[in-house]
Amino acid sequence: MSTALPPGLPAPAQEPVAKPYWDGTRAGKLVIQRCKGCGAHQWGPEWVCHRCHSFDLGWEEVAPRGRIWSWQRPHHPVHPALNGHGPYTIVLVELPEAGNVRMVGNLICEPTAPVEIGAEVEAVFEPHDDAEPPYTLVQWRVKG
Amino acid sequence: MSERTLRGKVAIAGIGETAYYKHGQSPDAEFKLALQAIIAACRDAGIDPKEVDGFASYGNDRSEAVRLAAALGIKELRFSNMHWGGGGGGVAASVANAAAAVHSGMANCVIAFRSLAQGQFARYGRGAAVAAAVGDDAFLFPYGLMSPAQRFAMKITRFMTEHGIRHEALRSIAMASYHHAQNNPRAVMYGRPLTQEKYDASRWIVEPFHRLFDCCQENDGAGAVIVVPADRAKDLPHKPTYLLGTAQGGHHRSAAPVHNAPDYGSAHFPTVARNMWAMAKLGPHDVDVVQAYENFTGGVLLSLVEHGFVDPTTANEFLVLENLLAPTGRMPMNTSGGNLAECYMHGLEMVNEAVRQLRGTANNQVPDAEVVAVLGGPMVTPVSSLVLGTEATL
Repeated sequence: MSTALPPGLPAPAQEPVAKPYWDGTRAGKLVIQRCKGCGAHQWGPEWVCHRCHSFDLGWEEVAPRGRIWSWQRPHHPVHPALNGHGPYTIVLVELPEAGNVRMVGNLICEPTAPVEIGAEVEAVFEPHDDAEPPYTLVQWRVKG
Repeated sequence: MSERTLRGKVAIAGIGETAYYKHGQSPDAEFKLALQAIIAACRDAGIDPKEVDGFASYGNDRSEAVRLAAALGIKELRFSNMHWGGGGGGVAASVANAAAAVHSGMANCVIAFRSLAQGQFARYGRGAAVAAAVGDDAFLFPYGLMSPAQRFAMKITRFMTEHGIRHEALRSIAMASYHHAQNNPRAVMYGRPLTQEKYDASRWIVEPFHRLFDCCQENDGAGAVIVVPADRAKDLPHKPTYLLGTAQGGHHRSAAPVHNAPDYGSAHFPTVARNMWAMAKLGPHDVDVVQAYENFTGGVLLSLVEHGFVDPTTANEFLVLENLLAPTGRMPMNTSGGNLAECYMHGLEMVNEAVRQLRGTANNQVPDAEVVAVLGGPMVTPVSSLVLGTEATL
């Protein structure tokens, strides 16, 4: 499968605080932090619940869908891997079924496609199997 | 209990800066630039640099207080302070921290400064060359979101889309800075005017609201101000410029990870602006000149809205070039050319310009300016702002 962006961008360090998320994406699941004390969803991963201050944070699979909260289309290459690539689309996706947390990813679309705030999107799991260690990114596409 | 405030308690007695350069073109090292600006500020104030007993800065300035104190032969260092956060979110906070030290008696004579030689060190517009992204960056870098322009773009998209504000409003902000720089020989963009056509034809950095001229340049140089007790300022060469109000920080979870700030389409000034106006006992209608930090013109829009200078429902009509120009515009703004066109000295050049306006010595002087607001780097939480005034405003 092709990737949204060319190879050579930094890989995510799969740090311990976020390990269940990265394990989830490898299995094609969207897994985020949820406080065992008060039930608040939280993203990105933290050490404490921002609502009730519990350190007992669990992880829960959530529906891999949401809606576009905001977007941008960078043209200026910010990394050597992007030189000559041209514009690409980044979206901030709100997950209404997971406490309205937001996630950043690429929107899989033509570089001239109109992007609409509020549009419903679904997750696309993008494996990078040749990386060491391998990882899977979560990308987004507008629901057909 | 007496009122806890900095209003009228301290003054900026001197300002200094180096020549300003395009990035990488300074003949001098960053630390030397810092020393030049500091000595210039002391000379302007008529104060011996050896009398300075404190330094406050921001943006992880590399010119450390102890090193400055040693180089300048300062007898006793009583205050050294760094405001957290990158870029210019802390520009007003550095002055505020200097002021707090002076007013509390921790120090007598404190320099707030910024020094930058981006040729000597890394630039901002490219992502860091790392193999693996850690922390927040692990959820951003793999998607090609690495630069400051990108970090803030989606806040601006959200706010402007929500309020129907057109890109032309941002063009006016950029053109005002360039217009003022044409009358300021210190400005890096002196002699390089910006027309509407040139702006419209400039390349995209990030769609939908960041063309090249919406983004700050990167520069080399240094700027400094010297803060003393109000009483002392009266005996010094220049007309004193008093601190009337200042605040720093951010609202609820403004730096929540991975773009999860609840109030997202924000420059993060709502509480900061409220606290600053409360201390100043003034509001936006009292201000004669605005210095609004441009990292990106969209951030200026958010900043102006959150400080009460612009109503989002009339932003398209209000943010037209003539309203922003000295001497006669309704809201003269960035009168030395600002970060975009005077110098990207992380806003310290704006504090200097605020002082010039209040002394009546600015290149683009607003007649009888009594109150000037300096709005620090927007979106770079913890953000900061300040209001300065003449003796008449005390």
